[in-house]
Amino acid sequence: MSNGLYPGLNLGDHETEANEKAEINVFGCWVFLMSDLIIFGILFATYAAYLNPVGLAGGPGPQELFDIKSVAIQTGLLLLGGVAYGGVSLTVKYDGGANKVVLWLVISALLGAGFVFFEVSDFISQAQMGGIPQASGWLSAYWTLVGLHGLHVSVGILWIAAMIAQISTRGLDNTVKVRLSMLGVFWHFLDLIWVGIFSFVFLVPLA
Amino acid sequence: MTEHTSPIFGNLNWNITPYTDLLDKVTTSTIIGAGAATVLVVGAIGAVALLTWMRWWKPLFRDWLTSADAKKIGIMYIVLALVMLARGVIEGFVMRAHQATALGTLASPESGLVAPDHFAQLFSTHGTIMIFFVAMPLLIGLINFVLPQQLGARDMAFPVLNQVSLGMTAAGAGLIMISLLVGQFGTGGWTMYPPYTGKEYSPGEGVDYWLWAIMISGIGSTLTGLNFAVTIFKKRAPGMHFMRMPLFCWTSLCVAIMLIYAMPALTVSSTMLLLDRYADFHFFTNTAGGNMMNYANIFWMFGHPEVYILILPAFGVFSEISSTFSGKRLYGYTSLVIASMSISVISFTVWLHHFFTMGSSASVNIAFGIATMIIGIPTGVKVYDWMATMWRGRIRITTPIVYLVGFFMLFVIGGLSGIILANPSIDYQVHNSTFLVAHFHNVIIPGVLYGMLAGIHYWFPKAFGFRLSETWGRRTAYLFVGGFLFTFMPLYVLGLMGMPRRSPTFQNPEFMPWMYLAAFGGVLMLAALASLFWTFWTSWRNREQLAVPGGDPWNGATLEWSSPAPAPEWNFPRIPVVTARDDWGAAKRAGDPWKGPDEYVDIEMPANTYFGVILAGAAFILGFAMTWHIWWLAIASLLTMFAALFWRGMKVVEPVIVPAEEVERADKAFREQVAGLTPARRTEEETAQNKGVPDITEFAG
Ligand code: HEM
Ligand SMILES: [Cu+2]
Repeated sequence: MSNGLYPGLNLGDHETEANEKAEINVFGCWVFLMSDLIIFGILFATYAAYLNPVGLAGGPGPQELFDIKSVAIQTGLLLLGGVAYGGVSLTVKYDGGANKVVLWLVISALLGAGFVFFEVSDFISQAQMGGIPQASGWLSAYWTLVGLHGLHVSVGILWIAAMIAQISTRGLDNTVKVRLSMLGVFWHFLDLIWVGIFSFVFLVPLA
Repeated sequence: MTEHTSPIFGNLNWNITPYTDLLDKVTTSTIIGAGAATVLVVGAIGAVALLTWMRWWKPLFRDWLTSADAKKIGIMYIVLALVMLARGVIEGFVMRAHQATALGTLASPESGLVAPDHFAQLFSTHGTIMIFFVAMPLLIGLINFVLPQQLGARDMAFPVLNQVSLGMTAAGAGLIMISLLVGQFGTGGWTMYPPYTGKEYSPGEGVDYWLWAIMISGIGSTLTGLNFAVTIFKKRAPGMHFMRMPLFCWTSLCVAIMLIYAMPALTVSSTMLLLDRYADFHFFTNTAGGNMMNYANIFWMFGHPEVYILILPAFGVFSEISSTFSGKRLYGYTSLVIASMSISVISFTVWLHHFFTMGSSASVNIAFGIATMIIGIPTGVKVYDWMATMWRGRIRITTPIVYLVGFFMLFVIGGLSGIILANPSIDYQVHNSTFLVAHFHNVIIPGVLYGMLAGIHYWFPKAFGFRLSETWGRRTAYLFVGGFLFTFMPLYVLGLMGMPRRSPTFQNPEFMPWMYLAAFGGVLMLAALASLFWTFWTSWRNREQLAVPGGDPWNGATLEWSSPAPAPEWNFPRIPVVTARDDWGAAKRAGDPWKGPDEYVDIEMPANTYFGVILAGAAFILGFAMTWHIWWLAIASLLTMFAALFWRGMKVVEPVIVPAEEVERADKAFREQVAGLTPARRTEEETAQNKGVPDITEFAG
């Protein structure tokens, strides 16, 4: 960055204005995620506080409800989705062309959609076993925390769709590049949260 | 409330206005309720009529509501806050008048002006309004107006997001306002603790009004924090190192970071309560594994930092005015910076002092008690710094200084009573008594309200081009100080005598003398409010004599005083290159501060947009629809919001270019005007001689 250019985005040498805007926007995105992280943090703490006999209130518990195999598949899909987004970033960095960017975006979205698919089917089967959020304080906390993360992933998929639409109408211009970089920060953030969920929500009570 | 839910109108029906209550039964309570609703309706009709009559609709939209200029957004925040302040103070007065007539007997406890349930709504709306829709918009508005100018920036980092934040705050305020006319407000106080506010015990729409108002405006505040932080980190003028920033910018930075970390807690606690109420979740219910202590914890993780969010900008204002009006450099700059930062960190570690009596162990209580007391240290450092700044200064007793001195005397008392409360064993005796009410008003009114009013008085000329009347400004300040003393000092005594807070009645005749004193204080507070509005009005009428086109009426030291008054949309003709702390003061010492730039360039300004207006309107309707269970309308407004977001996201909005020639013309005209004005000496500051061009030989900051 010593040359005043925003790293990894190929915004052009002379357009320092564009570089400056990229810096501000991406930094803003980080700050936003910091406050989002607080939301998740409080939900984690809440989940932990309700993970006890009082919170379970005689309803179904982790042993009955969690299907660790499905959760492992979800983890794999989501993390691979993060890797696929690496393809987007590298293509932008090395000028690989709009088509390749779109291809990587589609792969990321598909992996994300696979994650959501498995998650929703888990939710459905849990609900059939009586594990609905209305059943206990612990289940309220579980659905809210995991559901909020799932909602984030779904928003991310919509965002990817919107970016594909923008690339097809405008090509890879500077604005699109900056937005791709913001989306990248968001998309990887979801992996980070998921690692927390995988460990604290699923592994801890099953261990 | 209502048993029949209609698919079109949800729970709305004709039996929910204060007028139907009045027709039902005529009491002072229903008369007051209907009267308040009438004021709202008449006010709204009056505003519409005025706008139409004066043909102001177009300028209102074109110049204000669609503007992304941080200065205008700041002014709109403050106008919103002042409207809400009027309601809040009047409610405070009604409560005081009620309690002065509320001496009951054990046999018939109900007496006084308003019914118990009405009283409960009063303290709930009063507290909610004062914290979220007076104090917050006041400080956010002031920061919006001042921050970019002090940093030497043209605007916020995200001007359109700024507009959205304002819209969200206004939508929340609108929901509180409409609750005056349609339905009832919640009765759970400004904290709305479950399980009382859960569906089981508060089935009606009241709590939902609160929840939606808080969630919508809370999102606005989170985004504001983000915007302020990014602005400070990324948009400082070249040369404006952190340790060269004016102290107001420093406290703004602290506030920004605190907003980012504290507001989400409020969003989470409100969302959980919402899920309990709307979807039968069990976060805070008494049954099925709910745990209401979790609400208290999360709420106060927001709530305690919030009180420092409220007070820090006022500390910034006091830092600026103590130095300006004593003609001295700020004493202990570095220690003030460190103190501000320490306060913002420590404030996140004390939240449990709000529920000492709710069953934590003694060791937990004492840990939080000690953490609480520690906050007194940096705060004390600040007070001494301001006093040292004024020490041996050539102090002018202007309105902001009257507020500052009032603050010195009263805030310290409030802080001391806080330290007393921080002692768990004492708190066990006086918690939830009016001693507490006295304590927090004792810090909030001198701290937040005086600070913000002092700031408004100080920067008003920069916004509108003329000063406010000093005579009326001082009268207002004296009334607020006197009013405070009479209203709240008796509450300390009453609290020690055992009067509980939030109580609509009492049976002890010995309370009465103190109640009368407090009610008299309420009258003074009303007079102060009236005097405040009169100050604006009378100053506007005398705006010719009070005009300060030179832009520097107080012989200031920070960058914002280098521009004309009112400041142009672009703030500075060229982004200044900063070489010193208090750069404008340094230029004065060097001799020729009003030198124009050598060369002018095109300036990019954000284009006006309806984005914020649409989002705010839709958010308001969403909150209203959800409160009344009008599902189709809720869905429609949600879709509108998504459509607006999508439209904005897909489009690249080109900025407006102000051509270099136009900047040059405006700037040269300003410099010529300054050269033509006779500099005013310090002794002439309050006279018509003060045209905003001070005698720089007198500058001693
Ligand atoms: C200006 C004159 C004011 C008067 C006469 C006044 C009066 C009152 C009264 C009578 C109560 C109810 C106490 C009780 O329930 O026992 C109250 C509560 C409260 N006031 Fe004020 N007040 C004023 C200004 C303010 C200001 C400026 C703020 C904050 C910025 C504020 C914040 C609060 C809060 C947070 C509560 C607690 C509400 C609750 O219990 O939930 N007040 N006030
Ligand atoms: Cu506190």
